[in-house]
Amino acid sequence: MEPAGTPLVEMKNMSIAFGGIRAVDDASVDLYPGEVMALLGHNGAGKSTLIKILSGAYKRDAGVIYVNGEEATIANPRDAKKYGIETIYQTLALADNVDAAANLFLGRELRTPWGTLDDSAMESEARKVMGRLNPRFQRFKDPVSKLSGGQRQSVAIARAILFNARILIMDEPTAALGPQETAQVGELVKQLKSEGIGIFLISHDIHDVFDLADRVCVMKNGQVVGTARTGDVTKDEVLGMIILGRCPPGAIPGPGAMAIAA
Amino acid sequence: MTEVTSTAPADRARASELGPVARFLRATELDTRMLGMIGALLIIWVGFHFLSGGLFLTPRNLWNLSVQSSSIAVMATGMVLVIVTRNIDLSIGSALGLIGMIMGVVQAEFLPQIMGIPLGSPSIWVLALISGLLVGLAIGGFQGFLIAYLGIPAFIVTLGGLLVWRGAAWWVTSGRTVAPMDATFRLIGGGPQGSIGATASWAVGIVACVAFVLLLLVARSRRKRFRFPLRPVWAEGFIGTVACAAILGAVWIANSYPWPIGIVRRYAETNNIELPEGGLFIAHGIAIPVLIAVAAGIVMTFIATRTRFGRYVFAIGGNPEAAELAGINTRWVIMKIFMLMGVLAAIGASISTARLNAATNSLGTLDELLVIAAAVIGGTSLAGGAGTIAGAMLGALLMQSLQSGMVLLGVDTPLQNIVVGVVLVVAVWLDTLYRKRII
Repeated sequence: MEPAGTPLVEMKNMSIAFGGIRAVDDASVDLYPGEVMALLGHNGAGKSTLIKILSGAYKRDAGVIYVNGEEATIANPRDAKKYGIETIYQTLALADNVDAAANLFLGRELRTPWGTLDDSAMESEARKVMGRLNPRFQRFKDPVSKLSGGQRQSVAIARAILFNARILIMDEPTAALGPQETAQVGELVKQLKSEGIGIFLISHDIHDVFDLADRVCVMKNGQVVGTARTGDVTKDEVLGMIILGRCPPGAIPGPGAMAIAA
Repeated sequence: MTEVTSTAPADRARASELGPVARFLRATELDTRMLGMIGALLIIWVGFHFLSGGLFLTPRNLWNLSVQSSSIAVMATGMVLVIVTRNIDLSIGSALGLIGMIMGVVQAEFLPQIMGIPLGSPSIWVLALISGLLVGLAIGGFQGFLIAYLGIPAFIVTLGGLLVWRGAAWWVTSGRTVAPMDATFRLIGGGPQGSIGATASWAVGIVACVAFVLLLLVARSRRKRFRFPLRPVWAEGFIGTVACAAILGAVWIANSYPWPIGIVRRYAETNNIELPEGGLFIAHGIAIPVLIAVAAGIVMTFIATRTRFGRYVFAIGGNPEAAELAGINTRWVIMKIFMLMGVLAAIGASISTARLNAATNSLGTLDELLVIAAAVIGGTSLAGGAGTIAGAMLGALLMQSLQSGMVLLGVDTPLQNIVVGVVLVVAVWLDTLYRKRII
């Protein structure tokens, strides 16, 4: 698929530093509708940090975010959600002590006309969406701390897709999953993609994501090594980008690649 | 949507075999932890009853117990929310002292002497109460701001508050005790006049029963509408019957405690009633502080379980980072919790001040520890995320039962403290075991 038109999201020259360490250093990345963009790199390369700026968890030191070509102000997670940016965090970010429905609607609870929580309606919606993702899921009354890793993951995914996300960020979505569940997530990604949702897929393992992604963006030491369409590069070349920061001919080099070359 | 609740053999682990007790608990969906607490309370009551030679389970003692527990119970409802969010409030005993002092000065000195409002005017108790609630709100809001927005640990802020508010209470009158309180204000503290009498008590009891049954029916019809699994009818009936029996039983006990002879005589004289042979039986009925505590419990339970704010409180307690990432304004929620705690401390202060009929500098000393103990015995986890309002109120009743039971037995004060301390530690230890087994 050829990226065309206005990008769904464009992050330009993002920088953020924590205590003197530049966790993200002048990184730029974009995402088109219906596209899966894999963000690759070692642990500590800055992928999660970059994406947490987009989801509103961190405040950037520099850089501009455009959503649909318009400059977006994202200062906290609520702002990000207003732009249709939903995130599945690596840690899942679930409130362990409440049930699945409460987690799905956390921060966006359904309410009765009297302004009280409409738990029945929320549970009903939760049953619908969970039925789609994980038909075997039945434990709607238990706190999510009692669920298995895969079930917790499906709760986190359900929460992200429940509110008609336009931009979905998945941070290591399959890290805690077995092969069958990983395949399920892959199916889901394809389905969401076909609905025109743009997806950032973050992983440190290239094998997980190479087949799903349309483009890859490799980061190293907080900088972007390069961006490439998956058709233009081989897995080995991408591995070279991840490990050595060497940008192959099929990729558009970023500031990270230049620094290594110099 | 029709299939979600079907019992078709789903592809999942089979349910474990359950014994009759477990089946009963599952059908009624009762909280086993709460049942355990009620059981412990009953054991303590029966134990004291026998040890004291039949003095404990009397209408008089139980009525007094309910009044003595109410101030702590009111504040424990707020402490649950504070502890659920992994915070603590060590300052409420001192805050209670300061608020009580201010309310005392407002009604006994400021309004009558400086503003010239005649003593006994209804505006006096209303204004005193409002001033107390506002001071409580301000104290809570100030501490909450320091905790939520400046990021100072709650332990430190409220430890500071413990010293500051107690000192401020002393400052209001330079340590002088203020008395007496306004006659209407005093009703908040209970006593023969501060009780609603037999007829009104029965009315309250019947309204409570009807409301409870209605709640059961509404919940059932909602579940039916969404086709969720329902409790068996016998289980619903059982719960309704037991709850109504408990409510009406409590009213009956309150109505079995007559006014003391001296007060009846005075009442008869002022109202020109001929005192019959053998005295006149005028029942206390439910005490006003108890009604206040029950109302606080209901309102706080509603807030905790039925509102967004309550949901956020528990979510923050379960995982503060997740709550923040879900877009919850966690700081504002924390600040609101402390504001609520301040208001509840003011209600506790009005009950304590009215009951004592004086505002003293030392009022509420160590109350913070009783309140925290009540919440923790009631199942509030100091690790955050878990706790119920009803449990905390039961915890308050349990602590008070221990104390007044030991007073009845004539146990020395030092030994009383030792027993209460040991019970607190053992209760939390049992709770830890319970949680390990359940999860």
